[in-house]
Amino acid sequence: MNKNNVMVFVQQDDGVVADVSIELLCKARELADSLHVSVEAAFLGDKLAAAAKALLAYKVDRVNLMQSEHLAHYTPLPYTQVMVDLIKEREPQIVLYGATTTGRDLGPRIASALKVGLTADCTDLQIGDHELGGTTYKNILYQIRPAFGGNIIATIVSPEKKPQMATVREGVMKLTAQEPGYKGEVIEYKPGIGVDLLVSQILESVREEKTVNLKGAQIIVAGGMGAGSKEGFDQIVKLAQALNAEVGASRAAVDAGWVNKAHQVGQTGTTVRPKLYIACGISGSIQHRAGMAESSRIIAINSDPQAPIFQIAHYGIIGDLKDVIPAFIKAYKNKA
Amino acid sequence: MGLNIVVLVKQVPDTKNVTGKAMKDDGTVNRAALPAIFNPEDLHALEAALRIKDAHPDTRVNVITMGPPAAAQVLKESLFRGADFVALITDRKFAGADTLATSYALSCAIRKIGAVDLVLCGRQAIDGDTAQVGPQTAEKLGMNQITCVSDIAELDAKKRTISARRSIEGGFELVKAKLPVLLTVTDEGFEPRPPSARRVMMYKNAVASASNDASYDECYMNASACADDDIIALWDIASIKADPEACGLAGSPTKVKKIDSVVLTAQDIRMVDASESGIAALVHELIADHTIG
Repeated sequence: MNKNNVMVFVQQDDGVVADVSIELLCKARELADSLHVSVEAAFLGDKLAAAAKALLAYKVDRVNLMQSEHLAHYTPLPYTQVMVDLIKEREPQIVLYGATTTGRDLGPRIASALKVGLTADCTDLQIGDHELGGTTYKNILYQIRPAFGGNIIATIVSPEKKPQMATVREGVMKLTAQEPGYKGEVIEYKPGIGVDLLVSQILESVREEKTVNLKGAQIIVAGGMGAGSKEGFDQIVKLAQALNAEVGASRAAVDAGWVNKAHQVGQTGTTVRPKLYIACGISGSIQHRAGMAESSRIIAINSDPQAPIFQIAHYGIIGDLKDVIPAFIKAYKNKA
Repeated sequence: MGLNIVVLVKQVPDTKNVTGKAMKDDGTVNRAALPAIFNPEDLHALEAALRIKDAHPDTRVNVITMGPPAAAQVLKESLFRGADFVALITDRKFAGADTLATSYALSCAIRKIGAVDLVLCGRQAIDGDTAQVGPQTAEKLGMNQITCVSDIAELDAKKRTISARRSIEGGFELVKAKLPVLLTVTDEGFEPRPPSARRVMMYKNAVASASNDASYDECYMNASACADDDIIALWDIASIKADPEACGLAGSPTKVKKIDSVVLTAQDIRMVDASESGIAALVHELIADHTIG
């Protein structure tokens, strides 16, 4: 197979592939099609043969399966070495990583070892040309990300070095349809990992089942500081229950201890795009808006008419949550 | 048994508190108007180092920052809290550095300090939020790393091992590693101590230049131009033996192609009366078009 492809680091935790990796395989297919190249996956772990085969349905042309007992659980040194060796062999033009705690631990180490660029936390990727010092670089990767606390959107390029690498946030790339029976291949490697790399030991690992599904929610009712108290926030939860919606929150409400961090929407939380987003007592900081501005419809309820949230809302209600929320619940129960 | 610790810190514009004053008329942020602060997670990293020093009295806490002369302020604040040695890496040739070039310069400075047991830094800086400089510095030093650390469960200076709690999605892992190792620290633990009054008196005149410089990004100067005492070490590119080709813009594979300011776009908002009838009409409309079921 030709080289110069688009590669995705496919993250697995206890054999389960991370959602963001699947999203990236879908995006990689789109990028590879426009570049007329193939999609490769780098899949590291142990006992992953069946999972590797299942990746092919995402229109992956080549799964590079790297198996070793020392790769079963992520640690930085062995993963870095195996990835660096693979990238040197396969010479991809683009490598993408999920911007997870694993991807953000691994990506920078690989970039440093290869002396290539890496752009963190991208929210969009495009292909285009770039002029630099009189040279036009054709079909390079535009790595688009918020910076400066979300106050600016920067387009970053790294035209002179290959591969071009980026970490990408979960939830921003859309899933496309699978194609069962897609003709790709799984190429197995048994990487040797020196004992000098086995310097980290995982003594304990606790990962709670996701009980909050913000990303997949059709309706989100989210609360912020305007809730005023835990009791006030509980009213917001009641509205969510009445509408069969998921509960979201601003960072301020999470920091106040009214709701678990798993509910946080925004730049440091989850990126969402539901059919309906009801923002209750959320002022609408740029960090929060970054995570919800693409909702199909936004209703803002706030007692402060100057709150920035009204500038991106489709419907605005200026009023006290204590009055508006019960009225909302009552109206819904009467109509439904 | 004491340890030799390096803490990497950064002075950053306070992007988390963008007030009206920092907004331009067109709705974009005037970055130069933001106050310069000690990057929040770096303060937690410093606290982690100081707690190790509290428990292991012979420990030496070295604090390094790279930036323009005004960044000396974060070193001063480190001295107030208990740092033993502070150094400002400053040189025009560092300007325009991306994370790769930054981590290279920092690794050169750490090598100048000598045999180091632990390197600590914040997980990420609030101006870029990349979280890349920590791991890249570790790689340049050939050092292991533990990122997103919220607590150190155990540090055995004799056996030279450390166990740290690392935050991951939906939980944590407890990682045991051999020294030396680089840790990036989150703001979940290590609540920073306030400056010590005694140390403030001792070091308040440590640096002359501590004002907020409006041209933060551009004002790299020659180290020699602003050195008038030796409490804060000033290191330029030659003194850390860094290759100029690997520093600053020249050593940065990533280039900024374009910057778009985020503008609050007012769209057609429909105001709904907060009365029961107003809300009932809205709910009816949402049900009618199947937005809610």
